[in-house]
Amino acid sequence: MRKANIQDEIAVNKLKSAVLIVFVVLFLLFIGWVLGEVYDPTMAYFFLALAGIFSFFFVFYSYYNSDKIVLRSVKARPANKKEHAYLMNVVEGLAIAAKIPVPRIYVMETDAINAFATGRNPENSVICVTTGMMKKLNRSEIEGVIAHEMSHIQNYDIRFATLVAVLVGIVVILSDMFRRNLWFSRGSREEKESSSSVLLIVGIIFALLAPIFVKIVQLAISRKREFLADASGAYLTRYPEGLASALEKIAKEEGIIKVNGAVAPLFISNPLKARQISNLFSTHPPIEERIKVLRGM
Amino acid sequence: MLLWVLVVLGLVAFVFIYYINRILILSNRIENSRSQIDVQLKKRADLVPNLVETVKGYMKHEKGVMEKVTKARENMLKAKTTEEMDKADKSLAGALKTVFAIAENYPNLKANENFMMLQEELSGIENKIAYARQSYNDSILLLNTLVSTFPGVVFAALLGKRKSKYLEIEEKEKKPVKVEF
Repeated sequence: MRKANIQDEIAVNKLKSAVLIVFVVLFLLFIGWVLGEVYDPTMAYFFLALAGIFSFFFVFYSYYNSDKIVLRSVKARPANKKEHAYLMNVVEGLAIAAKIPVPRIYVMETDAINAFATGRNPENSVICVTTGMMKKLNRSEIEGVIAHEMSHIQNYDIRFATLVAVLVGIVVILSDMFRRNLWFSRGSREEKESSSSVLLIVGIIFALLAPIFVKIVQLAISRKREFLADASGAYLTRYPEGLASALEKIAKEEGIIKVNGAVAPLFISNPLKARQISNLFSTHPPIEERIKVLRGM
Repeated sequence: MLLWVLVVLGLVAFVFIYYINRILILSNRIENSRSQIDVQLKKRADLVPNLVETVKGYMKHEKGVMEKVTKARENMLKAKTTEEMDKADKSLAGALKTVFAIAENYPNLKANENFMMLQEELSGIENKIAYARQSYNDSILLLNTLVSTFPGVVFAALLGKRKSKYLEIEEKEKKPVKVEF
């Protein structure tokens, strides 16, 4: 039964990743077209072609380097056998349990308790934990957290989540740039034809929508998959209490990690908020609920 | 008419290939899981000489324990079947546990960097063995379910596959260790 579930999750995650890529390419083409129409309608095709080339290379690059981009953005460093013997042993052990290759292991220097997994598939995956986690959690709790991350890797959650983080991260930057350009070029365009003012409005609407769009995608990747990874993680360790008590400690925690908003949903608990208050727009499900589910297993 | 015959034959062939493949893949997976266990058992045995060397200077009065460890390791290296290997490993694991329990009485040994590293490594391996066994049993569960339910049972008979035996897994050690001298 369990295996069938995981196969379904893998299929869904691969499909979602593919859809996301198509969506991002179309989005970039759209931007190219809008830019072309705004600046010089006779060059629209040129802009479109430019956007096409750019989006191709961008998506290609992101797909193969998303894990490195994320690791660099959170300033993580590789773990070594000397300092992190226990961590490496736990990861290796759980990789055996999950029947996947051993992920690369990274640490982030911070007091907060947190962890995330990234990569594009189990063969190219990374688990990253904070030094605060290694200090403040006991062994069965650490095992619980690592097992949770291992499940994200096993069912290809990492591919979709990391792609969202990287591709959406750039969408935020792009829409920012676009918005700024709109304000700058305004004066010069007023002498031009008035038809472009329609496009101007479209552009403004679009720029206003971008952050909301980002938020929605962030929501799309987080909530349910955390529960699923909790369950599969507990299945790996056969000890749900480990993760439950780890989450309890995380919930009581005050630590914040300043990370890019786009990578925040990758973490086991929201790194940007000290206390977890749930609402429609929170990126993570309420920890209390996750603990309750785990304790009920 | 001929078309229908072909369609039915095609379907039968498809089902046939699917089940035979499935059984073979799952059997392979069991073998892989088994070799995962063996790899870890070997790693554990390989660390024993290191441990003996490190402990030698400190534990002068407990020669017997170290001899037990060495003996268990030798048995393991001699083992030919997996059953023999598992059995030898069981006594090795027990003996190692005793060593670490006794080490509690030797503060100098406990502070030895080499010893600490070995202890971490060995407890890591212990953990990995537990996970490898769990994964082995998971693989067996999948195959057993397949070969004991219809229609898998038919194809299993064709291939001569029977249900495999599960490994006995000890409960995770949460109890205090019993020390034998």
